[in-house]
Amino acid sequence: MSADRSLGSGAAIRLVAGREIRTRLASKAFIWLTLAFVVIVVLGGLLFKLTGSSSDPQQVAVTTDAAGAADQVKATATGVGVDVVTREVPDRAAGEKLLSSGDADALVVATSPTLEIVVKQDLSDQLGPVFGSLAQQLALSGAVTDLGGDPAEVAQAVATAAPTVTALEPEPERDGGQIAAGVIVGILLFIALMNAGQLVAQGVVEEKTSRVVELLLATLRPWQLMAGKVLGIGIVGLVQLVLIVGAAVASSLGFGVLDSSSLDVGAIAVWALVWFVVGFAMFALVLAALAALVSRQEDIGSVTGPVIALMIVPYIVGISIAPYDPESTIVVVMSFIPFAAPFIMPIRQALGAVEGWEVAVSLGLSIALIPVLVWLAGRVYSNAVLRAGGRVKLKDALGGR
Amino acid sequence: MASLEIDALNKTYGSVRALRDMTFDVRAGEIFGFVGSNGAGKSTTMRIVLGVLAQDSGEVRWDSAPLGPDTRRRIGYMPEERGLYPRMKVGEQLVYLARLHGMDTAAARASMERWTETLGIEERRGDEVLKLSLGNQQRVQLAAALVHEPDILVLDEPFSGLDPVAVDVMSGVLREQAAAGRPVVFSSHQLELVERLSDRVGIVRAGSMVALGGIDELRTTEHRRWAVDGPPDSAWAAGVPEVRVLESSGTTTVVEAAGTGPDEVDQAVLRAALAAGPVREFSLVRPSLTELYRDVVAADVPAEQVETEEGAA
Repeated sequence: MSADRSLGSGAAIRLVAGREIRTRLASKAFIWLTLAFVVIVVLGGLLFKLTGSSSDPQQVAVTTDAAGAADQVKATATGVGVDVVTREVPDRAAGEKLLSSGDADALVVATSPTLEIVVKQDLSDQLGPVFGSLAQQLALSGAVTDLGGDPAEVAQAVATAAPTVTALEPEPERDGGQIAAGVIVGILLFIALMNAGQLVAQGVVEEKTSRVVELLLATLRPWQLMAGKVLGIGIVGLVQLVLIVGAAVASSLGFGVLDSSSLDVGAIAVWALVWFVVGFAMFALVLAALAALVSRQEDIGSVTGPVIALMIVPYIVGISIAPYDPESTIVVVMSFIPFAAPFIMPIRQALGAVEGWEVAVSLGLSIALIPVLVWLAGRVYSNAVLRAGGRVKLKDALGGR
Repeated sequence: MASLEIDALNKTYGSVRALRDMTFDVRAGEIFGFVGSNGAGKSTTMRIVLGVLAQDSGEVRWDSAPLGPDTRRRIGYMPEERGLYPRMKVGEQLVYLARLHGMDTAAARASMERWTETLGIEERRGDEVLKLSLGNQQRVQLAAALVHEPDILVLDEPFSGLDPVAVDVMSGVLREQAAAGRPVVFSSHQLELVERLSDRVGIVRAGSMVALGGIDELRTTEHRRWAVDGPPDSAWAAGVPEVRVLESSGTTTVVEAAGTGPDEVDQAVLRAALAAGPVREFSLVRPSLTELYRDVVAADVPAEQVETEEGAA
């Protein structure tokens, strides 16, 4: 009867974390949310591939009358950096048919005396400069001929003329793949941290509301209960993120959407997971402590609101500024501030716009803060979690009154 | 023999003194009934025993050693504010609680199965607590207190909200646990129940123990009273100078002897009454726990103050 009833802290925390993991993994909300994200990520990759290949060359039809223009159109297009395919049509009527069926984007009907183009509605943004430039060249060659020069020679000289630019601080090359990865990492981390943080807060209040915490604390120390809960939900959140990030990596590699990008997808994925763990540890501790102050689910918002704001600000900066201007002061500064770093540093990393030592310093600052948060959160949680009824003041919980 | 000793506990919440030198002990195999008005300090005492609340001073000991986490894990506790995970299945929940008290999985499972059967809720093991009737939720709560095979039971208001059948089940469990040599402390406002079940009773008022002892011991009053159903008091009472007549209604007369009187005064009363006529009933009048409680709780406390204490609960 008087069996050994010792229960070490490790065993106690494992039991609490185990219950959290089992409960969360079995919940429909978790399963559907994870599945939805995996599907969205895979579909997104597919969409990216399809729209990526829709930057097809512009189709330009040329009537037999203006047949000589085909080569000039191509040459000019190359000069302006637009991909153009030309095809010859017997007459204007045939060309117009192609325009209305959408098989051609523009029809060149004459090159002299002026360049004459027919389009369905208006000239596409890509072709505008091409024909503008071509019209200038034609006018120029007309004038050159009139002056007795060789238009071809002049045209050659004009087409190859380019300024020599020397950049004092050359910006690192960033491609579409890196920017997309930066935005996706930013959004995913925000959703994952927000979701897992909310689960911690709700879990703490659930135990308080249902009063089961009294029964639990008759056998557990408060910090063991808090640690087990944070650990369990953290593992669940990490599993969820691994699935989603795994799907993202698999689909980007599988669809080959990043073939042309200089992005190291594997490294970005691993860093996203590292930052999730660090960010979760910080936010979960703060949210667990604050949630212990209230007794009803309806009141959660009043204590977690400021924390959510603390997540939203760096998130907005992270996805709206960082991918396009990773060197901006606000982005660089916030990527070092502990609670903001998890939303911004991984985006800078995805963009390849950060030095190794910067990552190390930022990570070090965040990790150094965690023991302080453990102590503070443990204190607030222990003092507040058994006080039912109204809202406990943070000051009282910290002071232990 | 081991006993649970509550020694001079003090606890203050802000300006309210919840406990003042609360002291009593519960021996192994004994059922201890803990009574007192709301806010008198019963729950506070129990929560301190469980370590859920920290005392300002004083000590709780089991077997002469201060209670630590490992001993506390051997206590079965039923908090005043009932609490279970509403969305967790009954069986899973009980196994989890047993494991938190240091049982291994197999033993926890076996114990869960045994207790759900004993308490008649074996059909509900797979249901979420939320879906159970209030009465069945109470049974699960009791199972939660017993599932880890505790060596000490501390039950705060275990009978509140129970239907008469469940009261019998609960009483039976308490008796069994005590018979198995465990100390059982329970609080209740149902004084007849406390009187019937308890070996000893403690009455608390304003944070301290004001009456403590076995039921018989407590009911023994300083002034003894007898009820005599027989001839009218005018015919015989004057013949026994040690007693005075308290009341007489119909054929029944109640007389009281001052505590200092000789022991055999009851025989003198009976002889005097018999000499006056036939006596159909002669008995010692002892106060019920309810009467004792009223005396003790009301004594020396102005009505207004009692109200304030209840309001503070």
